[in-house]
Amino acid sequence: MAKEIQKKVLDLEEVTVRFAGDSGDGIQLTGSQFSDTTAFVGNDLNTLPDYPAEIRAPAGTLYGVSGFQLHFSSVDIHTPGDTPDVLVAMNPAALKINLKDLKSGGIIIANQDSFDPKNLKLAGFDSNPLEDDSLNGFKVFSVRITSLTTEALKDTPLSNKEITRSKNFFALGLMYWLFNRPLDPTLSWINTKFKKQPDIADANTKALKAGYYFGEQTEIFTARYSVKPAELPAGTYKNISGNEATAIGFVAASQLCGLPLFLGSYPITPASDILHFLSAYKNFGVKTFQAEDEIAGIASAIGAAFGGSLAITTTSGPGLALKTEATGLAVMTELPIVIVDVQRGGPSTGLPTKTEQADLLQAMYGRNGEAPVVVLAASTPSDCFFMAIEASKIALKYMLPVILLTDGYIANGSEPWRIPHVDELPRFEKSYYNNPEDFQPYRRDENLARPWAVPGTPGLEHRIGGLEKANISGNVSYDPDNHDFMCRLRAEKVAKVVNDIPDIVVDGPEKGELLVMGWGGTRGSITEAVTKARKAGLIVSQIHLKYLNPMPKNLGEVLSNFNKILIPELNLGQLATLIRKEFLRDVIQLNKLKGLPFKSAEIQNKISEILGGNNGK
Amino acid sequence: MENKIETQELKYTAKDFASDQDVRWCPGCGDYSILAQVQRTFPDIGIKKENIVWVSGIGCSSRFPYYMSTYGFHGIHGRAPAIASGLKIAHPELSVWVATGDGDLMSIGGNHFIHTCRKNVDLKILMFNNRIYGLTKGQYSPTSEKGKVTKSTPYGSVDYPFNPTSLALGSDASFVARTIDREPKHMQEMIRKAAEHKGTAFIEIYQNCNIFNDGAYLHLTEKDVKLDNVLTLEHGKPMIYGKERDKGIKLDGFRPISVNLNDGKHSVADLLVHDETDQNSIRAFIIAHMTDHPGLPTPIGIFRRILKPTYDQGITDQINHIIEKKGKGDLEAVLFSGNTWEVK
Ligand code: SF4
Repeated sequence: MAKEIQKKVLDLEEVTVRFAGDSGDGIQLTGSQFSDTTAFVGNDLNTLPDYPAEIRAPAGTLYGVSGFQLHFSSVDIHTPGDTPDVLVAMNPAALKINLKDLKSGGIIIANQDSFDPKNLKLAGFDSNPLEDDSLNGFKVFSVRITSLTTEALKDTPLSNKEITRSKNFFALGLMYWLFNRPLDPTLSWINTKFKKQPDIADANTKALKAGYYFGEQTEIFTARYSVKPAELPAGTYKNISGNEATAIGFVAASQLCGLPLFLGSYPITPASDILHFLSAYKNFGVKTFQAEDEIAGIASAIGAAFGGSLAITTTSGPGLALKTEATGLAVMTELPIVIVDVQRGGPSTGLPTKTEQADLLQAMYGRNGEAPVVVLAASTPSDCFFMAIEASKIALKYMLPVILLTDGYIANGSEPWRIPHVDELPRFEKSYYNNPEDFQPYRRDENLARPWAVPGTPGLEHRIGGLEKANISGNVSYDPDNHDFMCRLRAEKVAKVVNDIPDIVVDGPEKGELLVMGWGGTRGSITEAVTKARKAGLIVSQIHLKYLNPMPKNLGEVLSNFNKILIPELNLGQLATLIRKEFLRDVIQLNKLKGLPFKSAEIQNKISEILGGNNGK
Repeated sequence: MENKIETQELKYTAKDFASDQDVRWCPGCGDYSILAQVQRTFPDIGIKKENIVWVSGIGCSSRFPYYMSTYGFHGIHGRAPAIASGLKIAHPELSVWVATGDGDLMSIGGNHFIHTCRKNVDLKILMFNNRIYGLTKGQYSPTSEKGKVTKSTPYGSVDYPFNPTSLALGSDASFVARTIDREPKHMQEMIRKAAEHKGTAFIEIYQNCNIFNDGAYLHLTEKDVKLDNVLTLEHGKPMIYGKERDKGIKLDGFRPISVNLNDGKHSVADLLVHDETDQNSIRAFIIAHMTDHPGLPTPIGIFRRILKPTYDQGITDQINHIIEKKGKGDLEAVLFSGNTWEVK
């Protein structure tokens, strides 16, 4: 029996932790459990899952390393943290890959058992870093995680292989101890998840507790840490990822407008989770169609929209490319659909599991002919919920396709979300047209929306399609003047959406030297950079675009109030291109294409560089 | 399992199904006959006009919806089955028909076709097979015979054609049939049977394109030869054909052979008896493979007609089942589910 050890508890304002190991080590699960528990104790948090495209890359290799970074705090935060304070390395490869990011003086918890000659060689270490002095400057805790797990599970009927699989729960338990978190949320999760495999539930429970008690009993840890709950606005919270928020957002939209929800989709990383979530909401009458390909995904949605559903299709960049022609069909037939593109690294197959913002111009222009669509972008994981509702609302009101851009970072990342009550959500009406008196399929209302005459309605039998439509009658027309007129009309309809979108609000002074402008999923990084820059005494303003087409009415005026505009984006300057074209304004670009979100320091440095010793006055 | 679409005595005539648009196919095109047979049959299928939707892709065939006074959707090349599937799943009360061609369905839309059949989405698919690309002015198609000389194959095509009925059977379509533009009565019968069928119904219609592939089916349509070249399948009947009805199809192992009923060696009792409702599709495959086979007649009629649950019904049933089990979805409850915590 080990003796009771009194350990100090140190209070921290914020911590960044990174879990890393083989893609088969359960790193994503460990990270998301730590996140959920951390959210549960009331910290603000932000996460960055970062995993390879291979499902089970060969064990021990550098390219098989999966990571999960989590930033949590007692204060308001917006990013997954620039540099981790703590690295949990389940093998040498994980240490090798992640060490360069670790804060100097940071903590390393390494699974000592895995630092054997074979794994060291695979990771390219000449000698064992846990034993030589290469890790001087870090606080290294070598823990025999695998053997301690095996020891704790010696009574289980499980095979050796299954036992070692529980080692991530040992590591998680240890981290719970180190950061003073309760075990209950994960224990109850284990019980639900492995209800049908009691032996595994039991093993994971034991491993989790063994890790926790190890922290308490061992002499290697002399202190543990505590991060107080963050001061968030009052309400009920939960931790939510962007993909889940997107899915629930569409369920909410369908409930709010009273139309059935149809999803046509083909599996693609990193968007598939939206399909998974929506497939589970059958009791809301949600119809999900896992189509034979991306084209059938959108084509079926168009068919469902013709039939009167709130119809959506979800995909990522390569899939959006495949949906191009059908998107044009939705433009021509003026049917309401929402296309969600969870952007990932491109071109081609690119970096399937990494984030990027390089589909903006594809969303804006990637179609044959003059085929404008409304383009929206969600800015944080929980914002995906509201933007899904917003996209649905606009599509239905104006009878047109809307592209909603999210990205791999906000889709897989999560944050605490103050859950809205249903009665706080905007209700919106959409009714089918049913008056057979002088019905004209392409006659328009004040919003230029055409009537939605759904098959099954007597007297409104009509034909639509991809050939150019005659104004009002909707008959096929090859008339040159009509085509010119209709192209302009469709553009005008998209432009009219500006009346439904909020004016942009400047954070900080409304006039000045420097405005930092972002769009979509970079909001957190930019906000944090701007906040830090201000703390450092700089004067800088910020705006964030969620409506890309059309852009807010007052944007031109806002931009004209600043001498310099900085646009950080995870592409080679796509919003910058749009702003230059739209407002004949030059902008300063900050571009990054590393498959990772911006570190706030990268943006903060750029801000300081632009202001060049001047504080921004 | 009955056809769930509400049927009733309706007093329509063929004219009621004609739209106000001028029909713009080339004079003499086989498509006119298909349109006429559909318009003649539809008053009998007992479905209200507003509940019928025609969906099409691209090609001469795909102008079809414009000429029907029902709801219609002229889609994009190859995608009609996918558009129609979405519509049918979202709105299962509708009777959804697809008008398509050999290029539209067998080439660019091949993937949608096989998966629609596999899933047994309750769609009626009429494929106008003229063995040529008409609207793009005469390139060979996936059903053109090998060696076909066209604008894109001036020295003859070197690839092998699809047999659409085999492809449909291979995709496990629950209703597979073939008819010919020049056989109006037979076509009407096929359309009626397809309308009654619950599940994917595929009808291949041999259609003459008198501009780019004239006479492709002469051997099956000319009075003096057609009876010797066509086998009209009839459920429960032995497979007899020929001008004098003196020939029949007999199985030699797995191989269908043509026998002479007057040679003293064979009688009707030797012949294959057609069973379109056979759950096992092996015999339907054997029959389909007689198509264009030297020494054997080309079959028309229903190759296969079996009942199995449809995809759209399956989706609806599953939703109803889950609602029964879990209760109707409650948005507030979903929003507040999971690990939540209070901030005061
Ligand atoms: S090109 Fe051929 S298929 Fe097309 S309308 Fe003319 S005759 Fe008919």
